[in-house]
Amino acid sequence: MRVVIAEDLALLRDGLIRLLEAHTFTVVAAVDNGPDLHTALIDHKPDVAVVDVRLPPTFTDEGLQAAIGARTQIPGLPILVLSQHVEQLYARELLSDDAGGVGYLLKDRVFDINQFIEAIRRVAAGGTAMDPAVISQLLARQDQSGPLAQLTPREREVLAEMAEGRSNSAIAGRLYITEKAISKHINNIFTKLDLPPSSDDSRRVLAVLAYLNGQ
Amino acid sequence: MATTSPRTGPLTHLAYTLLLVSHNTAAFLLTPLVLASSLLTLIWIGLPFTILTATTLRTIANAQRTTLTHLNPHQPVPATYRPMPPTGVHARVRVILTDPATWRDILWLASAPLLTLLALLSYTLYAHALYQTLYALILWRHTPGLYGFITPHTPTEALLALIPAALTLLLAHFLHPLTTSAHHKLARIILAPSEKARLTARVAHLATSRADTIDTQAAEIRRIERDLHDGAQARLVALGMNLAMAEQIVDTNPHNAKHMLAEARETTRRALTELRDLVRGIHPPVLVERGLDGAVHALALTHHLPITVTTNLNGRPADPVESAAYFAIAELLTNTAKHAHATHAWVHINHGRQRLVTTITDNGQGGAKPTPESGLTGIARRLDSFDGTMNITSPHGGPTIVTLEIPCALSSPKTLPSSATA
Repeated sequence: MRVVIAEDLALLRDGLIRLLEAHTFTVVAAVDNGPDLHTALIDHKPDVAVVDVRLPPTFTDEGLQAAIGARTQIPGLPILVLSQHVEQLYARELLSDDAGGVGYLLKDRVFDINQFIEAIRRVAAGGTAMDPAVISQLLARQDQSGPLAQLTPREREVLAEMAEGRSNSAIAGRLYITEKAISKHINNIFTKLDLPPSSDDSRRVLAVLAYLNGQ
Repeated sequence: MATTSPRTGPLTHLAYTLLLVSHNTAAFLLTPLVLASSLLTLIWIGLPFTILTATTLRTIANAQRTTLTHLNPHQPVPATYRPMPPTGVHARVRVILTDPATWRDILWLASAPLLTLLALLSYTLYAHALYQTLYALILWRHTPGLYGFITPHTPTEALLALIPAALTLLLAHFLHPLTTSAHHKLARIILAPSEKARLTARVAHLATSRADTIDTQAAEIRRIERDLHDGAQARLVALGMNLAMAEQIVDTNPHNAKHMLAEARETTRRALTELRDLVRGIHPPVLVERGLDGAVHALALTHHLPITVTTNLNGRPADPVESAAYFAIAELLTNTAKHAHATHAWVHINHGRQRLVTTITDNGQGGAKPTPESGLTGIARRLDSFDGTMNITSPHGGPTIVTLEIPCALSSPKTLPSSATA
């Protein structure tokens, strides 16, 4: 799988390259600034890109802008954005084109290598990977009243896992319940939230995220 | 003419003149009270009178200052009274009597007749010209003579009275700008603080706000030091110990070593979380990345209340101003969520006349008051170091409207190279 990496700190960039190459990824470009990232994304059309939000030359949200810009030219270009902090605002912007193939994670998540690699593969396959911090904020915000309050604790757990972008089997593995039970929970959630049912995993996740974002 | 008034229109002008004259009249009516208080001050009983009289006189003088500022906003007439101690009759009287501004007020009061004369002279002449014209046309039939020497018997003779009417009108027209200008100038000279008084007041204000700023910053740095010391630093020490122990036993007891490494990873994650929270409190990353506009939108998205944010900024204020405004808005919104029982809040950010103007409105129960211990006073104090102000309107029953104003210029918006190449 061909990857483009954008990270301005050499230490972290080398770490990421090592990590990904150890997991059978091919790093086709590793850049350290926004304009180079944009060029690399357009030239290489990678299977997935791992991008730091803040990059030179302005040290603002160069990485995010380059990623969003590239996705307007190549719709659905899979991009996983990494950051030292998560913002609902950025999550919303990444999701707004509704094309899937986006991820937004705290840099700490790299520590859990298996999950991190799984998240990259999911994004590359057109799925999503949202940081648990983003999801818990979204859930907390809508908590006081409304349909979300009708969910059972178990359903909320499943909803959070699903919103992070996991498939039924992955959720089943994490919550130690059967896949069949998971689909039942998901059906209940969709009924309670009044969302149209969908068999396509990534469409389903996008619908849930849109719902939580209040879009 | 120095006092070119931006408020044109003869009727507006007349209204302003009447307003000024009414202040002068009101002040002049205070003369007996001023005299009485100064006499009574010789015995103890006059002291409270002095405070009362001075306060009343100041109110009237300030009304005139406001009107003069309205007439010519380019030359504002600020009030610069020395701050009055909150209690103590003697202390307050001492401040009043030693304040040069008090004596200026009394001088203004004494010149009230002169000011009134200047204000009304041209209008009196206009009125007289009108009277003469009316005399020439109608009144001569009922009144025997004008000035004794014009005693008309026929309409043609009566028309002779138009000559003095024209002369008076001409005189009034010639005098009007001069007297008006003289009137405004004199009032300004008497009421405006001397440059020295203005600078003294400014220096006093700067000294206070600088001391506040230094205190706030010192407290902030202490907090950061404590947070780092007890948080991230301690966790890094624990991390180092874990790693060292894992290194020692990795050959003999790989199972335990693995466990310790997992612990070390968890410690690192916690340290990062703490550092992240700390950074957010010092300077939120989204503020760096997106400026005030984006940061307040981001804030609204994570807030428990629905918040509508509208901004109208053609650029970014300087970093310190951005940060001060952001933290003030964040604190006010937290207050709203905690105390106001509101269901919706609105933030509007605007820039005009070299000021960043932010209004934060909620539909809560109102009654917000800046007491010395409350966060509101803290916000006002922090804004003060930027010469910024906070204004709260919060009647019981709501709504609460807080207006923040910070003088600043906007830099041109940053253009991102990535969007330039896109």
